[in-house]
Amino acid sequence: MNKPDNKPFDPAIKSALTALLYQLADDDFILAYRGSEWLGLAPHIEEDVAFSSISQDTMGHAAMFYQLLEDLGEGNIDSLAHGREASERKNAVLLEMVNGPGHYLSTAQYDWAFAVVRNYFYVQAKKVRMDSLKNSSYQPLADVALKVNMELYYHLLHWKTWFVQLMQAGGEARPRMEAAIKKVLGDFEGVLTLGPLGNEIAEHGLIEAEERLKQRWLFMMEPVFESVNLSVSESVFAMKNGNGRKGEHTADLDAALSTLSEVYNVDPAASW
Amino acid sequence: MEKAALEALHNVKDPEIDSISIVDLGMVEHLKAEGSTVMVELLPTFMGCPALDIIRKNVEAELGKLGSFEKIEVQFIYHPPWTSDRVTEKGRIQLKEFGIAPPPELISETGEWHVECPFCGSAYTTMDNLFGPTACRSILYCKSCRNPFEAMKPVSTMM
Repeated sequence: MNKPDNKPFDPAIKSALTALLYQLADDDFILAYRGSEWLGLAPHIEEDVAFSSISQDTMGHAAMFYQLLEDLGEGNIDSLAHGREASERKNAVLLEMVNGPGHYLSTAQYDWAFAVVRNYFYVQAKKVRMDSLKNSSYQPLADVALKVNMELYYHLLHWKTWFVQLMQAGGEARPRMEAAIKKVLGDFEGVLTLGPLGNEIAEHGLIEAEERLKQRWLFMMEPVFESVNLSVSESVFAMKNGNGRKGEHTADLDAALSTLSEVYNVDPAASW
Repeated sequence: MEKAALEALHNVKDPEIDSISIVDLGMVEHLKAEGSTVMVELLPTFMGCPALDIIRKNVEAELGKLGSFEKIEVQFIYHPPWTSDRVTEKGRIQLKEFGIAPPPELISETGEWHVECPFCGSAYTTMDNLFGPTACRSILYCKSCRNPFEAMKPVSTMM
């Protein structure tokens, strides 16, 4: 791993940098977990292969961001991933929401429209971030962004294809997709925000300003929306279920954490 | 000493494609031997790849077998990022032997890629699934010999 030089850090830069890294790591971590719950339940077998591969990549990205935090003295990578309470997590609330009613082992009634829209909108936002991070003032983060970006290319292609096809499919597809879009946008501001230290993060050149990234997301999405006859106004972007960047979360996250950290909590040194 | 160490790394195969070594996959970025210390820097192909820890252990074991190093350091680094054009000519042949088409050498600007069937050599192939059984592979189908096959995903920094 690329260790940063052991130069002392300006404390103001360090707190902005760690704030950003926790968002990046926690976002990918929880969405990769939600993706893994779909295993065996995706609409068809090829999708099962693709989605689990994407989730595996995404978990790999989370691991790289947690590694950068470990390198900065924030603690061990496994405890960062498994050992933190919901109130310490900085992921967007949208990404922690359950896939749908029921449990993946028995009664799952997951919503594929929600999966497609949440993943597509998030992955495009992540792509905008990675493109900006390639020029980050923190070189180890710029290196990671370049690596993530190469894998992200395939994820974006995948979700965009699903989105465009389902938006134009007949039957119940369109109304279900529109309901999912409404739900996702109702918490999408929580994905786009850089949190309470957003200004400092941008001022130190770690990533560009929040508003710029948001406009770039809209710029990338507009041609796609137009191609499927959809109009989206940024006035509907909201954080209906709280601001995860401030540690505000839902019961969905508590339930997910207690499941995914079960083994870690029994034996923190277990390997599998 | 470095020569012997590099030779030893040829014995470390991809745990999921055992015809090709990590050297021919282009994963070995740097190898340095000094006295009784050897340091190896490896580039991960895909970050979420569960084989990375196995590869690390196998590298340590192979270098340990040489008996001349007391300290063996294996690190994964992200820079430069691994790209599919790092696979050597020999590696491309070894992939084919395993039944996996090597990654396309050039990625055209349209994003199209042409892959030859590893069994019959035909270019008349279609993509079944960009995502395959491991992070670095896709699933394709040969319309000439009617066999499904896998291909290494092209990965480039231009993406």
